[in-house]
Amino acid sequence: MASLVPCPHCGQRPKEEFTIKGAALTRPAAGADASDWFDYVYLRDNPRGAYEEYWHHTSGCRRWIVLTRDTVTHEVAASRDAADRPRSEART
Amino acid sequence: MSSYRLPKGGLVDRKAPLSFTFDGRPLQGFAGDTLASALLANGQMLVGRSFKYHRPRGILTSGAAEPNALVTIGRGGRTEPNTRATVQELYEGLAAQSQNRWPSLDFDIGALNGLLSPFLGAGFYYKTFMWPAPLWEKFYEPFIRKAAGLGKASYDPDPDSYEKSWAHCDLLVIGAGPTGLAAALTAGRAGARVLIVDEGSLPGGSLLSDSATIDGKPAADFARDTSAELQSMPNVRVMMRTTAFGWYDGNVFGAVERVQKHVRDPARHLPVERLWRIVARHALLATGAEERPLIFGGNDRPGVMMASAMRTYLNRYAVAPGQATAIFTTDDSGYALARDLEAARVDVVAIIDSRPSAGVDYRGKARLIREAVVCRTKGRKAISAIEVHRGGRAETIAIDALAMAGGFSPIIHLACHRGGKPTWSAEKVAFLAPSGLKDLDLAGAAAATTDLAACLAEGAAQAKAIVEEFGWSCPPIVLPKVEGTEGTHASKPLWSIPGVKGKAFVDFQNDVHLKDIGLAVREGYSHVELAKRYTTNGMATDQGKLSNVNAIGLIAKARGVSPAEVGTTTFRPFYTPVSFGALTGPHHGHQFQPVRKSPLHDWAKKHGAVFVETGLWYRSSWFPRNGERSWRESVDREVVNVRQNAGLCDVSMLGKIEISGSDAAEFLNRVYCNAFLKLPVGKARYGLMLREDGMIYDDGTTSRLEENRFFMTTTTAYAAGVMNHLEFCAQALWPELNVRLASSTDQWAQMAIAGPKARAILQKIVDEDISDAAFPFLAAKEVALFGGTLHGCLFRISFSGELAYELAVPAGYGESVADALMEAGKDHGIMPYGVEALSVLRIEKGHVTHNEINGTVVPADLGFGKMVSGTKPDFIGKAMLQREGLAAPDRAQLVGVVPLDPKQSFRSGSHILAKGAAAALENDEGYVTSSAYSPHVGSTIGLALVKRGPSRHGEEVVVWNGLHGESTPARLCNPVFLDPQNERLHV
Repeated sequence: MASLVPCPHCGQRPKEEFTIKGAALTRPAAGADASDWFDYVYLRDNPRGAYEEYWHHTSGCRRWIVLTRDTVTHEVAASRDAADRPRSEART
Repeated sequence: MSSYRLPKGGLVDRKAPLSFTFDGRPLQGFAGDTLASALLANGQMLVGRSFKYHRPRGILTSGAAEPNALVTIGRGGRTEPNTRATVQELYEGLAAQSQNRWPSLDFDIGALNGLLSPFLGAGFYYKTFMWPAPLWEKFYEPFIRKAAGLGKASYDPDPDSYEKSWAHCDLLVIGAGPTGLAAALTAGRAGARVLIVDEGSLPGGSLLSDSATIDGKPAADFARDTSAELQSMPNVRVMMRTTAFGWYDGNVFGAVERVQKHVRDPARHLPVERLWRIVARHALLATGAEERPLIFGGNDRPGVMMASAMRTYLNRYAVAPGQATAIFTTDDSGYALARDLEAARVDVVAIIDSRPSAGVDYRGKARLIREAVVCRTKGRKAISAIEVHRGGRAETIAIDALAMAGGFSPIIHLACHRGGKPTWSAEKVAFLAPSGLKDLDLAGAAAATTDLAACLAEGAAQAKAIVEEFGWSCPPIVLPKVEGTEGTHASKPLWSIPGVKGKAFVDFQNDVHLKDIGLAVREGYSHVELAKRYTTNGMATDQGKLSNVNAIGLIAKARGVSPAEVGTTTFRPFYTPVSFGALTGPHHGHQFQPVRKSPLHDWAKKHGAVFVETGLWYRSSWFPRNGERSWRESVDREVVNVRQNAGLCDVSMLGKIEISGSDAAEFLNRVYCNAFLKLPVGKARYGLMLREDGMIYDDGTTSRLEENRFFMTTTTAYAAGVMNHLEFCAQALWPELNVRLASSTDQWAQMAIAGPKARAILQKIVDEDISDAAFPFLAAKEVALFGGTLHGCLFRISFSGELAYELAVPAGYGESVADALMEAGKDHGIMPYGVEALSVLRIEKGHVTHNEINGTVVPADLGFGKMVSGTKPDFIGKAMLQREGLAAPDRAQLVGVVPLDPKQSFRSGSHILAKGAAAALENDEGYVTSSAYSPHVGSTIGLALVKRGPSRHGEEVVVWNGLHGESTPARLCNPVFLDPQNERLHV
């Protein structure tokens, strides 16, 4: 009935303001193998515990954010703007 | 021989008498009464009939756990069934009706069910009514539904209003009893933002029923003074009549405030209930404890009551339970009740204590029978005697009221709402809250602390620890002096009583008795979750508040294990029932969702539009004129007029997105499957957007207004979705692109002007030259209107297949521009046309909408295969579109369909069968996605997705509709029914 989602721009906001897209996967490169694309489009892990997800602050700042959410407790360990890629993915 | 009001005492206001009725009988109570206390004061001990056996039932508790005293109050749309009389405050004119009885409460035919009880045990309808199977729906189920039951809801609309609200605090205290008040006071004095909620009408909780003194004052006065101090603090909010019903993620609590459930005529400017979501940094559950019933034969007879409830009726409401009371106790609380009853000059006949010794030295007049049990009661609609067993000897004692004190179970519901399992404490003989809770603590009786002074100390100490953790400094706690409480030896739980005779109820509301639990265990349903479902113990409106722990104790005993091993069923919100009204709040009727009206809504209205709701939008569907008797006449006229003259259609609800930035063209090139990089400035292009799996997502035109500024249109239905999608692409996929997106759907009024005379009409208001040479097909430009007084965007695009334009002007000017176009087109025969005509025009032209873009089609399926760029390095959907299955020859693809006989017709959704094929799933060739009557063709026409459709033009098929029993011989054809060479577009 209620829960709060931390937006890196707006702070704690009610979940009704957000839209959830699902796993925060990295889109394969244009020329990647068909199997990579198949994994990206169709295959999802269903972990018990921490999970990275895309959420959209649809009724707020309209930024896409990446939440690290615990699928058991719904606790959010981290929240960042989707444009701020983790260092490992940053272009050199 | 029944309950009555004492001449003095209690917290009721004897100067404020209130009249009310029960089953039509006029009665009197006082302000401060609950319906239950007022009924008891009037000697009305029989208040309902039980769910299954229709046994006479009275008032068992004085609070939220009440399983028996459920009544219907209010009339018409304010009818509220299953209202617990024990929590409903009395008001002038309250009208209460008993439930589940016919023809009357006193004489109830359904009581015959009691005779059938051997057949109505646990799981009876799984066994008894199995055969013959057809009788289940026709006979058994209606019969059971009629015989069993609770109150009936009203079909009338609720005339009252409801609200939703948020609240924020440092410390949320749930429960304003001694523990909660002490906690709130400590935290409030320290300066923290405190919210204290309680379901009752007065702060104090158990203090209001206690005869102890605190600092020399009656406990109720202490409660009153403490809450007055709390209410004087600007950082503290006391919310009474507010039930915290659930604990959710982020330490958010749900609560419902009954703003006007205690008044006869709710004020119009206030809601009757308010749903709260409370965000708390920390919460303290001071919810107290629930007393357990004892399970002996006839423990449900009117006159049998929980000991704590009897004490509440006595001390708070000045209601005596009867002339001759007995107390059956397993702990010391029974003696406090005995002392209070005797102080009020109510005779206590006997105290039956299951233990060999008590923690108190009782010196009253009642006969004290130790190491004894009550094994059954006697009486019909009220108790008249009890049978007491002691050391194998039975004795019958005449009484008219019986209190039962089975020990206390802490109220830990909210602490278990986020998945934690309660833990059994053998020492406290109780289930305690799960360990390791975050941002929530329990104190007082909710943590199995029973002594009043200890509760006050614990509440204060816990609040101090919490606020100091947050950085406030707490003044030293001065504990008040408590006098006049009884000892608090723990209860010796009596899960089952030897020598029980007759029906001994475990769950009163569901008529689950001792033998049902035994039966469930014997038949293999001994897991606590299975036992609940097999016996229905713990279901319905009280959710087993009184029965669950007893049932667990009985199962444990039957299995020969500890209650710890049996465990509890799952605690879920809501703690007590919450009305649909409160959950709905203001979001119903016209407030259910926003209404979107086009800037041309009033323009359409004055031309007589018939509106249709599509999503949130009101769209003009057709414009009837004098003499037209059916919608078809209007639509045919509008279609023909567009083809012959010109029409004006409101297309403002199309999604509109402005895209700018130095990488805007590259961005579009990646989100559309066709090329956009080299679209010239001043040109529009039809674009197809795919999903990552290669299927078409949406379509629309996008125009390049400047080198780095584009104007995109989307379909109406997907406007919001496309915007979210583009934002995802720009932010999450390609944040390195310099692109900005802005939804401008509401900023523009957009109208289509279509028909051979469109240019002549439009030229009258557009300053620039819009001749075919200057403004060819797919031109898109910002233009000046009315001699430069207004600017808009003009696009030469066509959905109808005619010479057509779309003109976008600032929303506020929409109506006057539409008026000007109608005036300019008067001599050219311009008419408004609606979405029905628009649909006919596009079907005639073979243009697709989301009827065809149904999530299973790729561009080639709709004839757009050549649009897909083969040279772009990447676009959304490119990789997955390469899959061979998406190029398979037998895919369902777009085709036209016409009936062989023009007088025959078919509907959208009908299936296509090869000629002569049986109507069977394996013969399904596809289906009709869109259909309409075409004035141009002179018959119904359709678009369909049919296997190998494009290679089957000319083939005779059958259009079959099993739902409507229709079968229409038809022919597949080119989906473009009109002007396949597009000559009309280019004039």
